[in-house]
Amino acid sequence: MNEVRSILLVGVGGQGTILVSKLLTQGLIRAGYDVKMSEVHGMAQRGGSVSTQVRYGKKVYSPIIGEGAADILVAFEKMEAVRYAHFLKPDGIAVINNYEIPSLPVAIGQAEYPQGCVEAMEKTFKTISFNAAEVAQKVGNPRTMNVVLLGALVHAFNMTDIDWEGVLRDNLPAKILDVNLRALREGMNL
Amino acid sequence: MKQLMTGNEAVARGAYEAGVRVGSAYPGTPSTEIFENLPQYKDVLYSEWAPNEKVAAEVAFGASMAGMRSMCAMKHVGMNVAADPLFTASYLGVGGAYILITADDPSMHSSQNEQDNRCYAKFSKCALIEPSDSQECKDFMKEACRVSEQFNTPVIFRVTTRVCHSKSLVELGEREEQPVTRYQRNPAKYSATPARAYVKHAEVEQRLRDLEEYACTSPLNVWEKKGSKIGVVTASIAYQYAKEVFPEDTSFLKLGFTYPLPMKLIAEFAKSVETLYVIEELEPFMEEQIRAAGIACHGKDCIPRLYELNPEIVRAGVFGQKAETKTVGVEAVGRPPVLCPGCPHRGFFYSVARRKNVIVTGDIGCYTLGGAQPLDATDSCLCMGGGFSVGAGLARALEMAGDDRRVIGIVGDSTFFHSGMTGAAEILYNNHKMIPCVLDNSITGMTGHQDNPGTGETLMGDSAPIIRVEDVLRGMGYQNIIIVDPQDLKAMDAAIDEALASEVPAAIITRRPCLLIKKIKHDIGLCVVDRDKCRSCKMCLKVGCPAVFIKEGKAHIDPTLCVGCTVCAQVCPFGAIERKGE
Repeated sequence: MNEVRSILLVGVGGQGTILVSKLLTQGLIRAGYDVKMSEVHGMAQRGGSVSTQVRYGKKVYSPIIGEGAADILVAFEKMEAVRYAHFLKPDGIAVINNYEIPSLPVAIGQAEYPQGCVEAMEKTFKTISFNAAEVAQKVGNPRTMNVVLLGALVHAFNMTDIDWEGVLRDNLPAKILDVNLRALREGMNL
Repeated sequence: MKQLMTGNEAVARGAYEAGVRVGSAYPGTPSTEIFENLPQYKDVLYSEWAPNEKVAAEVAFGASMAGMRSMCAMKHVGMNVAADPLFTASYLGVGGAYILITADDPSMHSSQNEQDNRCYAKFSKCALIEPSDSQECKDFMKEACRVSEQFNTPVIFRVTTRVCHSKSLVELGEREEQPVTRYQRNPAKYSATPARAYVKHAEVEQRLRDLEEYACTSPLNVWEKKGSKIGVVTASIAYQYAKEVFPEDTSFLKLGFTYPLPMKLIAEFAKSVETLYVIEELEPFMEEQIRAAGIACHGKDCIPRLYELNPEIVRAGVFGQKAETKTVGVEAVGRPPVLCPGCPHRGFFYSVARRKNVIVTGDIGCYTLGGAQPLDATDSCLCMGGGFSVGAGLARALEMAGDDRRVIGIVGDSTFFHSGMTGAAEILYNNHKMIPCVLDNSITGMTGHQDNPGTGETLMGDSAPIIRVEDVLRGMGYQNIIIVDPQDLKAMDAAIDEALASEVPAAIITRRPCLLIKKIKHDIGLCVVDRDKCRSCKMCLKVGCPAVFIKEGKAHIDPTLCVGCTVCAQVCPFGAIERKGE
């Protein structure tokens, strides 16, 4: 049986979901998998809700999945976890950054940011949640939040035998490499 | 060694390997990165941004006429703009290969409609080729060039968002250099006079019959023989979805050459299976032709006609198996795209939105977001350039109805060169009572920062003369051209007042570069709220900046998002917001 695994990464435009998808894809290729990745551009990026998908296995056909088909959901923001929860398989895993970014309807007082996003996910799915922003702050650069999440993801999904540090070395500029390596390790050790 | 590439990168690579020498395009999601990936081959392949898709299609046609392999690229709605040259190029035929790439956007991730441009192939009687992954994007470009030259036809090369923006592994090849011969004039072939077009139409019909013969043996159309129970005819990204969903013993007729359809082959395939499915995204383009040929099949009776497909939608449609999903009992609030913090357009929209007697006709670009809450400043968004011309018609109607409200029509700087100039001429020529306003952020913004005739640089990185919007308007006859920094709200208000009161033809140019332009040194600072002075009036929320929100009852500015543009500070009636740092 050709088993294909599907990872759905969601967040807010500008949070670095595309970079994580890229690193993830590179790592999976190194491990010898066939990989497909799909991302969104343009209108969807301007602070809006964004999603990228990574699928890997012996042979992958579709670059995208539909509802109820993701093995793992990585949410870079907690309300986005709720928004895409129905894409998870009932036995899928959620990795959630316990971090809040108010959307514009919230900011201008037209709507309330929903309470209990993480708790609701924990009740429904196998969920790993933590504040990646705090971890990134501890590591020394808040912008490494996305790589902290990558570390947590590969840990949660038992992909730690892949040379992720090598992937980072090959894909990141030298001046931000060290801090991102620290972020990756912190994420993997959570 | 295989490389991971998006479909767009692979199309660019395919053009290089196929020996394409000239390419012209106008940016548009999801097609843009095809041309962004061409300058790396600039030693052998000339590539450019054209002012619009019609120009791009014509430039590529001219190069084809000279015997060079050529291409143009556009998003699906761009083909509407390029339709005029397309339809007649079909009659005239080609010299070197002539490839028109259309990138369709099912589900409208970044588009104003969901048109299926396969219909253009049938309408214009051109060959149609559709890759389903990155490897095919590259390989099919070569076959597209061969077909174009062998059958003397433009080839429409159709990709979709999920083909363009998905990455998969690609095996690279070598460039096949094409010989260049001295241009020989051939007006009998390349001038579409009525008498010649009369003859050529018959030739085009014969070409379609020849292409259908070719389609039956084309290497792009592959019969994957398995069982005889179920057969699937499919193409493009839908093939990938169907492969995941149908059982192992399903036979596939996977089509890469989709117009004219290989009807004899399809009939043979249909005979070899008990049940035939046609799996395609959007219109029943193949299904209708297959049914018209008297072949029974399932298609849109089980596959939605709206929006993009995915494996789960196909599985639910064909086999009635819906994937189990869980709900979590918490509703997410909407997160629509917004104007960036520090976006120069914000000041303009804030200023016009508060005027009860002014109607704004909008256009396509980042500034489409000026129509969203809370700015809610525009009444329409039809198409590129529509901001001016729709405004002209609306202003005329208002005037005829005795309505004294005024119209301001907007376009961006890139859109001005694309199709705003004709609207500007219309306003002046026919004396419409409206103000054209160019929101000039010195770049083509929404598509990710491409150069245009106003930026002083070309796609291949050469410097170019800057065509100034004000010079164009002045040349047309606008006598009162008001150039204003939209971030200075007082000046912005005054500019609109002056334009509306002008006795002579007036136009406004709001000028401030997009903050995301990397080569400009921007004046970045940070605005902070003095919580003692803030009286929670929420005026600052009306500017619609994602960095500004209410925290613990008072205004708060997210320091990681704020760039210090001060628009919120300018609207604060209590002076509670101040800019720190230079």
